[in-house]
Amino acid sequence: MSVTEATQATEHPVPVKDQSPTSRGDRAVTTTSHVVLTIWAIIVILPLVWVFLSSFKTTGEIFKSPLDLPSKLQFENYSSAWTDSHLGLYLFNSVIVVVAALVVVMVLGAAAAYSLARYPFPGSGVLYYLILAGLTFPIFLAIVPLFFVLKNLGLLNTLPGLSATYVAFAFPFTVFFLYPFFRALPQEIAEAAEIDGAGEWRTFWQVMLPMARPGMVAVAIFNFLGLWNQFLLPVALNTDESKYVLSQGMARFASQAGYAVNFGALFAGVVITVVPVLIVYIIFQRQLQGSLSQGTLK
Amino acid sequence: MRGSRRVFVLITLGVPFAFYALFVLWPFVQAFIYSLTNWSGFSPEFEFVGIHNYVALFQDDIFMKALRNNLLLAVVVPLVTIVLSLALATMVTVGGSSTGSVRGLGHSSFYRVVSFFPYTIPAIVIGLLWSQMFDPSNGLVNGLLTSVGLDGFKSFAWLGEPSTAMPVSMFVIIWGFVGFYMVLFIAAIKGIPAELYDAARVDGAGRIRMTTMVTLPMVRDTMQTAYIYLGILALDAFVYMAALNPSGGPQNTTLVMSQDLFNTAFKKGQFGLASAMGVVLAVVTLLFAAVVFLVNRLAGRKAN
Repeated sequence: MSVTEATQATEHPVPVKDQSPTSRGDRAVTTTSHVVLTIWAIIVILPLVWVFLSSFKTTGEIFKSPLDLPSKLQFENYSSAWTDSHLGLYLFNSVIVVVAALVVVMVLGAAAAYSLARYPFPGSGVLYYLILAGLTFPIFLAIVPLFFVLKNLGLLNTLPGLSATYVAFAFPFTVFFLYPFFRALPQEIAEAAEIDGAGEWRTFWQVMLPMARPGMVAVAIFNFLGLWNQFLLPVALNTDESKYVLSQGMARFASQAGYAVNFGALFAGVVITVVPVLIVYIIFQRQLQGSLSQGTLK
Repeated sequence: MRGSRRVFVLITLGVPFAFYALFVLWPFVQAFIYSLTNWSGFSPEFEFVGIHNYVALFQDDIFMKALRNNLLLAVVVPLVTIVLSLALATMVTVGGSSTGSVRGLGHSSFYRVVSFFPYTIPAIVIGLLWSQMFDPSNGLVNGLLTSVGLDGFKSFAWLGEPSTAMPVSMFVIIWGFVGFYMVLFIAAIKGIPAELYDAARVDGAGRIRMTTMVTLPMVRDTMQTAYIYLGILALDAFVYMAALNPSGGPQNTTLVMSQDLFNTAFKKGQFGLASAMGVVLAVVTLLFAAVVFLVNRLAGRKAN
């Protein structure tokens, strides 16, 4: 694929000494590009570095000057965020809700996409478009009735209830993304497996699903990020403080006003929320970008 | 065999779809029904009031203000994000030498990886982080501005002034998305066959012409997708505004429909009216997507 070649080409630039008359202009363009890109990189990194440094300051230091470095590393901010602001508990809740939803939506989404792609029947087109409709309409349209659906099922303000809504709202994207993958898989392999005596379930689970792995990984990454960042669903449907997820715990800092906020804990909370995902991203960034380019080339 | 296949499809498609229908499709349908009632949510009874809620909304100055704010966001945020991310992506991919084969910029993976950082940060945290950055007295922005001698910014309330609250909020959303779309555009540009660039170069096209004649037409569909996604996001914008200015900003300059809806439903308990707001939001979203499709279609016909 040309993408991988191009990536390699940019990552190992051949140092060519250019002697053509245009090289001066080239250098200007290259320099300008580096300058502009560096400025943007600073705009991205600077707030993160500032938050990181501020997370080690005392409240007095935070109020004194935004530019000073912390006089000594104030780890109390972290214990305060973790314990007093309950971020530890909320992190735990987030992990439970998101991981459970992710596993379920990947299984349900893959099964539905596979069935739709392999066994079209009269009406399956309608189902496909009904699923796509879920991608187009804003969650805000559904939020009020959804509140009462959960209430009637006794699932309001429960982690399983929240997880169930996560599954339902991640489902359309999962099907939409996996459907072309299953369409593209060669039918012959499934047919060969069936001739060898594998039933529908074994063909799906042991033959076709493993072949769709690259697509599954990409969808799982995007679903994870989307669900991890989800805000509206928990804020509306999960209002019991002991069951808050991380984004709600952080939002509480925003709704408190002025001096009531423990700013050191706020900064520490931001670091606690950002750093784990950032590290995972840096480790997996190559796969993620690979899947992004696959998505656009399709 | 036919029978077992039918069972397979019924379970693999039927079970997920039933679940999806209960939690997504059915609430969507209900929202339309509720929007025609005066339901307060606390009593089981409600009356159908026809289009009364919709009439009330269009006479409600605050909701109309929120609608206008959303439309402004839907125009500015996608436009700036796409122009900026496409410019950065172009620099990364074709910023290298113009002789020989088209070459990307050296060390560009650093810019790519760093620019993507904000996409991994939850939106609520992005909002919190920037509300601290723009804090009048303790924020880094004013700290830097006063340290270079601009004392007028000593305790300037970026998010508290009617003239700056909205632009600053837009900046925060844009900051969160430029990196993602930059990576998307880099992938799209790298997917353009190198022969097209070579051919343009042989014809004597310079960088600017290569960008307008080759890159832009080839990434047009990616731009359309990006515009729709960003527009839908800007028509929501709930989480950013909730973090930056929970109460709608100075003189409601940053109030958006989703905030109004949320308060109307869960604070005032006017579920019928809130559902009507949801319907308006959905209709605006669909119209927006339709307009983007149409513009792209017309632009495409003109180019061919």
